[in-house]
Amino acid sequence: MTTGTTGRDDAVRIAGARRAPRALMDSWILVAALAVIAAYVRVIWFTPTEATQGLAQKIYYLHLPAALNAYLAFGVVFVTSIVYLWLREERADRVAEASAEVGLLFTTVVLTTGPIWGKPIWGTWWTWDARLTLTLFLWFIYAGYIVLRGAIVEPSLRARYSAVLGILGALLIPFIHMSVYLFRTLHPMPIVLKPSAPSLPPEMLHTLMFSFAAFVLVYLALVRARYRLSVERARVEELEASLEGGR
Amino acid sequence: MEHGSELPVVEAEGLVRAFGGRRAVDGVSLTLRGGECLALFGPNGAGKTTVLRLLAGLLAPSAGSCLVGGVSLRADGGRAARSRVGLISHASMLYSALSARENVEFAANMYGVRRPVDAALRALQAMRVADRADSPVRALSRGLQQRVSIARAIVHEPQLLLCDEPYTGLDEAGSAALTEALGERRAHGAALLLVTHNLSEGLAVATHAAIMRRGRFVRFEERAQVDGASYASAYRELVTADA
Amino acid sequence: MPDATLDRARVAGAGVDATRLPGLLRATWLVAHKDLAIEFRTRTAFFSALVFALLGLSIFYFAWDPTAVAAIDLAPGVLWVIFTFSGLLGLQRSFGVEQADRAMDALLAAPVEREAIYLGKAAANFLFVAGVQVIAIPAVALFYNVPLGNIWLALAGIAVLAALGIVAVGTLFSAMAVNTRLAELLLPMLSLPFFVPIVMAAAQTTSRLLAGRPEAEAWPWLRILLGFDLVFVLACTIAFPYTLDE
Repeated sequence: MTTGTTGRDDAVRIAGARRAPRALMDSWILVAALAVIAAYVRVIWFTPTEATQGLAQKIYYLHLPAALNAYLAFGVVFVTSIVYLWLREERADRVAEASAEVGLLFTTVVLTTGPIWGKPIWGTWWTWDARLTLTLFLWFIYAGYIVLRGAIVEPSLRARYSAVLGILGALLIPFIHMSVYLFRTLHPMPIVLKPSAPSLPPEMLHTLMFSFAAFVLVYLALVRARYRLSVERARVEELEASLEGGR
Repeated sequence: MEHGSELPVVEAEGLVRAFGGRRAVDGVSLTLRGGECLALFGPNGAGKTTVLRLLAGLLAPSAGSCLVGGVSLRADGGRAARSRVGLISHASMLYSALSARENVEFAANMYGVRRPVDAALRALQAMRVADRADSPVRALSRGLQQRVSIARAIVHEPQLLLCDEPYTGLDEAGSAALTEALGERRAHGAALLLVTHNLSEGLAVATHAAIMRRGRFVRFEERAQVDGASYASAYRELVTADA
Repeated sequence: MPDATLDRARVAGAGVDATRLPGLLRATWLVAHKDLAIEFRTRTAFFSALVFALLGLSIFYFAWDPTAVAAIDLAPGVLWVIFTFSGLLGLQRSFGVEQADRAMDALLAAPVEREAIYLGKAAANFLFVAGVQVIAIPAVALFYNVPLGNIWLALAGIAVLAALGIVAVGTLFSAMAVNTRLAELLLPMLSLPFFVPIVMAAAQTTSRLLAGRPEAEAWPWLRILLGFDLVFVLACTIAFPYTLDE
C-alpha cells in the first residue's frame, strides 16, 4: 500500500476497477427520457389547443405532473424517514436523500413553469395562488433538508437529523395548506382561468395522464441513479477509512 | 476493604459499538467489583473513550449487554443505571456562568440526592475548593475548574466512577485531593475505571490493568501480576505498532 | 441470606435512592431553572434580542410610508415578524451553552428522561421569548401610535400561543443545528418555514382584533395556531431523543 498517494485515490481506483463505467445511459434513464420525449410530442402536436388560453396552456402538462411528483417525492421522504428512525436501515436514508434531491428538482420545475404559464394568463409573473404557495414552501423544506444534510459529515447523525426534519416537514404541510387557503378565502384574488380536471376533454385528460406517467418514470429513474451514487460514495468512504486504518 | 454484597459493580458482556461500518468497540467484556480500579491504557483511537461512554449511558451498545450495580443499562430508559455512575472527563462539563456551588448543586438535584445543598458543600470540601464555592466557574483556573468538575461527579456518591484523564490540569494539591477522593469512593465499595495515557499514574492506583487496541482488550491482568518496567515496554511496543 | 433486591439497593456506596430520581416534571424544572439562571447571570442574549426587536421596529417605521398604509394595517405584521426574528436570536444560544465544556455530556449522563432536557430548555426559551414580547408589544403601540390597550388580554393570549409554537420547533432545531457546521445559518433556515403558519395566524388575528371586527372572524386563525401548538409540542418532544446519539 503506497503512502505517497492519498488513500482516496487508491479507494476510487479499487472501487472503479470492479465495475464498468455506466453512469448516464442506464436503461431506466433511457426509458424515462424516451417517455418524456413521447409525452412532449404528444403535447405539442397531438393535443388540441385550449380555446381561451392558447398555447401557454400547454405548459400545464408539464406543470401539473411535476407538481404531483414533487408531492410524491415528499411522501417518499416522509415514509422513508419514519422507516429509518424505526429500523435504522441505512437504505431508507439513501432513498430519502435521493427522493429529496429529485423532489427539489421537480419543485423547481413547478415554480418556474407556474409563472411562465401564469404571465400570459394572469398578467403577472407571480401570484400567491394557494397551490403555488404551498409548492413554494415545499421547496423551502426540501432546500432546508438538503442544506442540513450538507452540513453534517457523520453519516448516522446526518441520517437521524434528516429523518426528523423529513417527518416534521410533512407535519407542516397541512398547516401551510390550511393557512394559505384561509388567507385566500378572506383575500379573494382576481378570478383566474384554470383548467379543472373533470371538465377536461378526453384527449387533454389522456395527454395529462401520459405526461404524468412519463414524469413518474423520470422520478423513479433519477431516484434510482441518485441512490446508486450514494451507495458508491459510501463505499469509497469506507475504503478510505480502512486504508487509513491500515497505515 | 469490605466487598459489601456479592454483586459486581459492572458486568459488561460482549459490548460492541459500531459507527457506520467501523467498530470502535469490538467485543469488550469486563467485570469490576466494589473497591477495584481498572486502569485502561491504549493508543489513540483504540476505543477507550467509547467504552467509557457506553458504561456512562451516553451511547447505546450496538450489541452486548451491561449491568451497573445489577441494573441493566437498558432498563427504565437507562436511568437506574446512570444514577449509579459518575463521569469525570478532561472537559469540565460545567456551566461557566454559574458558580461552583450552583454547578454541583444542580448535579446533586439531577441525581435526586438527599439534602443537595449539604452534599454539594461536602463534595466541594473534599476537593478542597469550597473556599471558592461562590465564584463563577469561569473565574477559576483550569485546575480549580477540574476540581469542581470532580466534585460534581462524586456528589451523588456513585458506585462506578468513570474517569477519562482526570489528572489533566491538576496541580499537586489537586492531584492529592483527587487521589484521596478516589480512595474514599473505593473504601465505600465503589469501582473505578481510569482511562489514561500516563502509565505510572494509572498503575499507582489500579488493582487491574488493561490495554486496548482496535476496540479490544489485548491485555487484561491484575496489577499485582504486572511488573512496571516490562509493562511499560510492552505498552510502548503496542502503541508504536499502530503508529 | 440477605434479600437480593435489598442487596442491590445497598450495593456499596449508593448515595442515591433510585426511587428518588427526579421525575419528568421536576427534571424539566431543574433544567429550565438552570438555563434561566445562566441567562440571568449574563443577560447578554436577552438584552441583544430586546435591542434587536426595538431596532427592527424602528427600521420598519422608517421604511414605511404612512400615507400609503395606515398604522393599524402595518403594525400587526411588523409586530409578529420582529417577534419571530428576535425569538430566533434567543433560540440560537439555547444549546450553545451545553456545547462549551461538553456540559451536554453531564446532562445526558444524568438519570433523567431525555425529554426533560428538551422540555426544560423549551420552557426557558418560552420565558425568554415572552420576556422580549412584554417589552416589544408596548413598543409597537408607542412607535406606531396604535391603540393596543383595549385588546391587551387577547394579545397576551396570542403571544403565549405563538411563543409556544416558536419555542417548540426552535428548541428542537437548536439542538440539531448546534451539532452541524452551519449552526447560525441552519437554525433560521430550518425554522422559518415552520414559523410561517404561526406568524400568519398571529398577525391576521391581531389585525382583525385591532380593526374591531367580531371575534368569530379570528377564530379560524386561532384554531390553526392551537392545532399547530398541540401537534408540534408533541411531535418535537417525541423527536428529541432521536436527535441524540443512542
